[in-house]
Amino acid sequence: MNRMFSSRLFWPVVMLLVLFTINLVAFPGFFSLEVKNGHLFGSLVDIARNGAPTLIIAVGMTLVIATRGIDLSVGAVCAIAGAVACSIILGSPEPGSIGTVAVAVIAALLIALVLGLWNGFLVAVLGIQPIIATLILMTAGRGAAMLITEGQILTVNSPPFKVIGSGFVLGIPVSVVIAAVIFAAAALLTRRTALGLLIESVGINPEASRQAGVRSRGLLITVYTFSAFAAAIAGLILTSNQTAADANNTGLFIELDAILAVVIGGTSLAGGRYSLLGTLVGALVIQTLVTTVYTVGIPPIATMVFKAAVVTAVCLLQSPTTNATFGRWRRSLGRGRPGTRTAERASVS
Amino acid sequence: MSIDTSSAPVDAGRRLLGRVSSAFTSPKYGPVLVTLVLLIAIFAIGGSRYRGFVSGPVILNLFVDNAYLIVLAVGMTFVILTGGIDLSVGAVLALSTMIAASLLQSGWSASVVIPLILVLTSVLGLLVGLMIHIFKIQPFIATLAAMFLARGLCYVISKDSISITDPVFVSLAQTRISFGGRMSITASVVIALLVVLVAFLVLHYSRLGRTVYAIGGGEQSGMLMGLPVARTKVLVYVISGFCSGLAGVLFTFYTLSGYSLTAVGTELDAIAAVVIGGTLLTGGYGFVLGSVLGVLVLGTIQTIITFEGTLSSWWTRIFIGGLLLVFIVLQKVLTARRR
Repeated sequence: MNRMFSSRLFWPVVMLLVLFTINLVAFPGFFSLEVKNGHLFGSLVDIARNGAPTLIIAVGMTLVIATRGIDLSVGAVCAIAGAVACSIILGSPEPGSIGTVAVAVIAALLIALVLGLWNGFLVAVLGIQPIIATLILMTAGRGAAMLITEGQILTVNSPPFKVIGSGFVLGIPVSVVIAAVIFAAAALLTRRTALGLLIESVGINPEASRQAGVRSRGLLITVYTFSAFAAAIAGLILTSNQTAADANNTGLFIELDAILAVVIGGTSLAGGRYSLLGTLVGALVIQTLVTTVYTVGIPPIATMVFKAAVVTAVCLLQSPTTNATFGRWRRSLGRGRPGTRTAERASVS
Repeated sequence: MSIDTSSAPVDAGRRLLGRVSSAFTSPKYGPVLVTLVLLIAIFAIGGSRYRGFVSGPVILNLFVDNAYLIVLAVGMTFVILTGGIDLSVGAVLALSTMIAASLLQSGWSASVVIPLILVLTSVLGLLVGLMIHIFKIQPFIATLAAMFLARGLCYVISKDSISITDPVFVSLAQTRISFGGRMSITASVVIALLVVLVAFLVLHYSRLGRTVYAIGGGEQSGMLMGLPVARTKVLVYVISGFCSGLAGVLFTFYTLSGYSLTAVGTELDAIAAVVIGGTLLTGGYGFVLGSVLGVLVLGTIQTIITFEGTLSSWWTRIFIGGLLLVFIVLQKVLTARRR
C-alpha cells in the first residue's frame, strides 16, 4: 500500500525537484527567505502565494475526480463569486467596512454553494455525465457573471477585501493560510473519517458501492458543492488580488490547471484512489513551472508550451504502458535488489 | 392483405403516427429531429419578431459566418462518436491562422502554405491519437496538452495580430458566389459543405465510418468482431486535427488575419453544436448532419441576438448553456427509455 502511494508521487516529486534545481542554477538566491516589514518574502513564498488559488480548486477537484467525475465549471464559479462580491461591495455605502466585506464574501460563497448543488443535482439525480453537466455551467456561468457585472470590470477599493488576496497573517500571505486550512480540512475530513473511503468506493464502482449501502447520491452532491465552494474562495482570492472583478478573465483556464495538478499528482481521471498530497505536489509543479519560465528568462509567452511539455512528460511517465516497460526493465536488471528503488523513493519523499 | 378497405387509411395514419413518435423517441433520431424542430421554431420566432429575418441572405449568412465552425463540428463529431473528446480544436484553429499569416508574410506561396498547415495539424492529431492509444492517457488530458501546446506555439510565433495580404487568400476571401439578388456565399461555405458531404459518406458508407460507430457502441465488442479499433481510434484524432487546420484556413479567409487569441472557447461551441445536433457524448449515436444543424442553431441564436440589438452578447452563452441542458436531459430521457 505504502509502496503504491510512493510510486504515484515519485515522478511528480522528481519533476518538482528538477524544476527547483533549474531555478537554483538560474537564480542562486532561489531558496532564500527574508522578512521585510514582518512579512515573509522570497521566491518560494511567491510560488505558494500565486499557486494558492489553483491548489484550493485542485483540492475540490481531487475529490470530484475521485468519484469518477470532473468539474469544468470552477473557472466560471470563480468569476461569478468575484462578480457577486465586487458588485455588493460597490453597491454598499461603506465599501471599506468589514461588515460589508463579510456580507459580500458570505453572499458569494452562498451562491457558489447553490451552483455546486446544481452541478451535484445534474450529476447525482439526473445522472448526466459529469463532464457535460459541468460544461453547462462552464458555458453559461461566464455569461451570468457578465450579467452581474453588466459587462464592466468592477474595480473595488476596499482595504478589508484586499486582505484576502494580498494581506499577511503572522508574516504569511493570507491566501496561503486559506489554502492550507482548506487542504488540511479536506485531508482530515476525508482521511481521518470514512468519507474518503466512501468517495473512492463510489469512484471505483458506483453500482457495487450502492449495493454495499453507500449513499452515492448524497456523496456526489457533497463533493460537487465542496468543489464549487473551493472555487468561490479561489475566485475571491483572485479578485481581491486584482482588486477587480473581470467576468471574462477571472479564473480563465484555472479549471485546466486544477485538473492538471490533480493528474500530475497521480490521481487517475478514471476515479477511485486519490491523493491530496499528490495534488499539492501537482499544484506546486505547475506554479513552479511558471516561475521557472520567468527566472530562466524564457519569454513568458512560451509558458504554455512548457506546460504542455510537462503535462505530456508526467502523463507519459505515469501511464500503465510506461510502468509495464519499466517493470520489465527492472526485472531484467535482476530480481535480487528490489530494495534499491524503494530506498531511492524514500529519500525523495 | 385482408384489411378492410374502409379502415386502411385510418390504419396507415396510425402507423405513420406510430412511426413518427417512435422516431422522435429513439435515441438515434430523436435528438436530431428535436433539433430540426427547434431550428424551425427559432426561425419562426425570429421571423415573427423581425422583418426580413426569414430571408435568403440571412440564411446564407448563417453558413458564411459559421463555415469554420461547421468544419470543426464535423471533426468533433468523429471524435465524440468514438466516445472521446477533443479540447484542442480551438487552439489548433488559432495556430493554423498564425502559421498561415506568418508564412504568407514572409513570402511563402499560398499553394504551399495551405497543404503544409493541413499536414501539420493532422500530424498533431496523430500524436494526440498515439498518446491516447499507446499510453492510455484519457482523451481529455491528451487533447488538453495539445491545446496548451498549440496556444503556446501561437504566442511563440507572434503576440500580435498579423494581417494577410496574399492575393490568393484575399481573392478567396472576397470571391462571392452569387445566387442573384443579395444572396451569395463564399468559397468557405462550399469547402465546408464539401467536408460535410465527405464526412457523411465516410461515416455511413465506409468501413472506417462503421468502425467509428462500433467503437462508440462498445469498444470491446468492436475488438472482438475483429475491427481495426486501435487504428480507427487514432485516426479520428487525425481527422479532428485535419478539420481544425482546415477550419483555421477558412477562419483566415473570414478575418484575413492571424491572431494568437482567436477562437478562445471555440472548442466549447463545437462540442455544444455536436451535442445539440444529437450526438450522444458516450459515443455510438449521432450524425454529421445533426452537428451541422447544431451549428445552425447556435448561429441562429447569435443572429437573433444581433437583430434584437438591446440584448448583450453574453446572453448568447447563457442561451447556449440552457440549450445544452435541455438537449442533455432529452438524451438522458430517450436513452433511459430504451434500456
